[in-house]
Amino acid sequence: MIKAWFKSGSPWIWMTAGAVSINLLLVGGLLVLIAIRGLGHFWPANIVEYQYQNQQGQNSVIIGEEVDESLLPEAQARAAGFEVLNGAKYLHQYLVKTGNRDILGSDFRWIQDQYIRQKSNPLDLIAVERREWGNFYGRLLAVKQNGQVIADGEQAWPVAQEKLAEALALFDEIDSLQDKDVGAINYDLERLRLKQRALELKNQWNGTKSQEFAAQKLAYEEQYKVIQAQLGKLNQEIKTYSIMVSEAGGREINIPLNRVVKLTRPNAMSVLDKSIEYVKNFKSFITEDPREANTEGGIFPAIFGTVLMVMLMAVVVTPFGVIAAVYLREYAKQGFITRIIRIAVNNLAGVPSIVYGVFGLGFFVYIIGGNIDKIFFPEAAPAPVFGTPGLLWASLTLALLTLPVVIVATEEGLSRIPKSIREGSLALGATKAETLWRTVLPMASPAIMTGLILAVARAAGEVAPLMLVGVVKLAPTLPLDGNFPYLHLDRKFMHLGFHIYDVGFQSPNVEAARPLVYATSLLLVMVIIGLNMFAIAIRNNLREKYRALEN
Amino acid sequence: MTTEARKTHAIDINALNRADKSGRDKFDTCISVQDLNLFYGSKQALHKVSMEMPRKKVTAYIGPSGCGKSTLLRCINRMNDLVDGVTIQGKLLLDGEDIYDKNINVAALRRRVGMVFQKPNPFPKSIYENVAYGLRIQGINDRRVLDEIVEKSLRGAALWDEAKDRLNDNALGMSGGQQQRLVIARAIAIEPEVILLDEPASALDPISTLKIEELIDELKEKYTIVIVTHNMQQAARVSDYTAFMYMGELIEFGETSELFTNPSKKQTEDYITGRYG
Repeated sequence: MIKAWFKSGSPWIWMTAGAVSINLLLVGGLLVLIAIRGLGHFWPANIVEYQYQNQQGQNSVIIGEEVDESLLPEAQARAAGFEVLNGAKYLHQYLVKTGNRDILGSDFRWIQDQYIRQKSNPLDLIAVERREWGNFYGRLLAVKQNGQVIADGEQAWPVAQEKLAEALALFDEIDSLQDKDVGAINYDLERLRLKQRALELKNQWNGTKSQEFAAQKLAYEEQYKVIQAQLGKLNQEIKTYSIMVSEAGGREINIPLNRVVKLTRPNAMSVLDKSIEYVKNFKSFITEDPREANTEGGIFPAIFGTVLMVMLMAVVVTPFGVIAAVYLREYAKQGFITRIIRIAVNNLAGVPSIVYGVFGLGFFVYIIGGNIDKIFFPEAAPAPVFGTPGLLWASLTLALLTLPVVIVATEEGLSRIPKSIREGSLALGATKAETLWRTVLPMASPAIMTGLILAVARAAGEVAPLMLVGVVKLAPTLPLDGNFPYLHLDRKFMHLGFHIYDVGFQSPNVEAARPLVYATSLLLVMVIIGLNMFAIAIRNNLREKYRALEN
Repeated sequence: MTTEARKTHAIDINALNRADKSGRDKFDTCISVQDLNLFYGSKQALHKVSMEMPRKKVTAYIGPSGCGKSTLLRCINRMNDLVDGVTIQGKLLLDGEDIYDKNINVAALRRRVGMVFQKPNPFPKSIYENVAYGLRIQGINDRRVLDEIVEKSLRGAALWDEAKDRLNDNALGMSGGQQQRLVIARAIAIEPEVILLDEPASALDPISTLKIEELIDELKEKYTIVIVTHNMQQAARVSDYTAFMYMGELIEFGETSELFTNPSKKQTEDYITGRYG
């Protein structure tokens, strides 16, 4: 019976199908875990008020978000210095995000369930997301204008919201002035300085030039002064309003509204309100700049850097890979040497990526970049322009890393084009190059795209080599902006993969960073999937076009 | 058959051809093959083939599989150059010019000698672009010129009525017979002198085959046509001259009517009466 079952072959089907199922489950489980952990971070959690009496019998009030809980076995708890009451086997603890780092010294603390006398969710508790020092939890007392109370009690909340909206609008204005306008003037001044230095080096610096430059400089400084005055006024204006809040211990604190990002009362919010807030939180996460050593705020520069770098990589690797594959498959004499080259190309795909990073740093950055600086940017010395890690070198290093994939896939595609099509083209008087260019390569384009998809998938997830050739923890400017020449290939950039590493393992505030690690991981996966979907869509389009060749 | 015997045969053929030429009104020679030997590596595929093919007539090559008729056909537009390890000895003259001369531009030669293959091989492009392909290669991109030539070529290949409303459709959506006529249109668009047809109807149904045969009849008004076929009835129907090949040798060459009714060689007779091959 069993023997017959084995003979029928169905055990094999079960085994192979089982292996596939396990793989799918693992991938699905991974995505679900990341999604739950990461996406949960944006949900506005309720704020809990604990009446707490510690071991020594001192009473205190603790306000915060309940983040985690744990059961510590009795023996361990005892070793850690806790007494376990009522003969319980476990010490039940909660991790509470108390915020108020400026007052309490840290954002999180563990509290023991056995000492909690009362737990409640009062509606008037507020969460204040600040630009510095993390969140504040407490109660709103009053809103002040230039130190004078203008609203308190019931009135304080709506007025605070209204004034915050004004302050945020002002803040955006200041931000844009500082970033765009002042940034542009600084950029132009720097270019002017470099031009002057270049002229000096060429011994062409003379009186007329000097006057000309001075006039330009003056014009920029005039512009700068105008903006400066504007900024001063705005800064004055934004500082007008502040809110008075009280923390758990009862101390009253004044928070100027220009230091506040968001003001919420999560306990008073309905599920719908929270959903709206959730979407807002998620949106600001993907569109805003990071704050406070990357532990707060958004990850926009990292997303931008990742996508831009991958696209540049694709632009570089495709022509190189395709040209190499065309030579290997179409022109090179098939023999021992081509076989060796093919093996070498395949093995290149197996070289650890950090090795590419080292190579990129040594060859691209120091040798090529250093020489570019010497020849084209002598005026910038001693500051390097291209002789330092940057976007261009990172893209080139990754292009090198993914080159084998593109070569192999393209060769595969070329070998699948039927001989009859090539002969048809040659018989019409086309040369080999014309045949390749007009018929063979377009028909191989789906295969080239497949190579590119694999390359993108690999490049977008790569971190190790990037740390050596251009990625930084925090880039002050995006590599693409409104200042000529718009795309700044020499700039350093941020990357999601490195961001995960930095936030998760280099951050001073581990507990706060944890959900961000998951959220950023989710974003990285989404970016890679998005890039791949884009490439797959193009490929399917091409396939459709060149289908029907199989018959 | 021994080598000795082969040699005598080859000599006989040459003698016959000469006799042919002197005995009949001299035809206008378009392609002249002279003592052509072809080797794939060390294996000899053509043995000292010599023949003259007339201008604006249809010459058919018949013979059993592997006899070298396709190989000989592919010599005429140097398609064999693409095969690794091919060596060719002897001469092949097109209008008196040796096409295996070092100074010959192969692409230009292939523009003069068009070719249609056994299986239809249209490019995965629109019908229009398929016909315009050879012209675009020559740098002709003027839309009006192209329109005109595409129409003329499709008419010439008896495809215009079927294709005129779907010129921008993918050529791979056509039937096999239409594809084959499209390939012929593509070949005549560049105005060659010679058209080589390598078993052009072997992958087609009888009706499509008939259409192709009718087309060949029309095309010979303007072009010298050389056709390889497995089908002896087809050779008898479409060709003016027929060459019978066997084991890489040209056994007999002559006017079709004569070769089929009164073959001078026993091998030819055996083949056309179906005794072997």
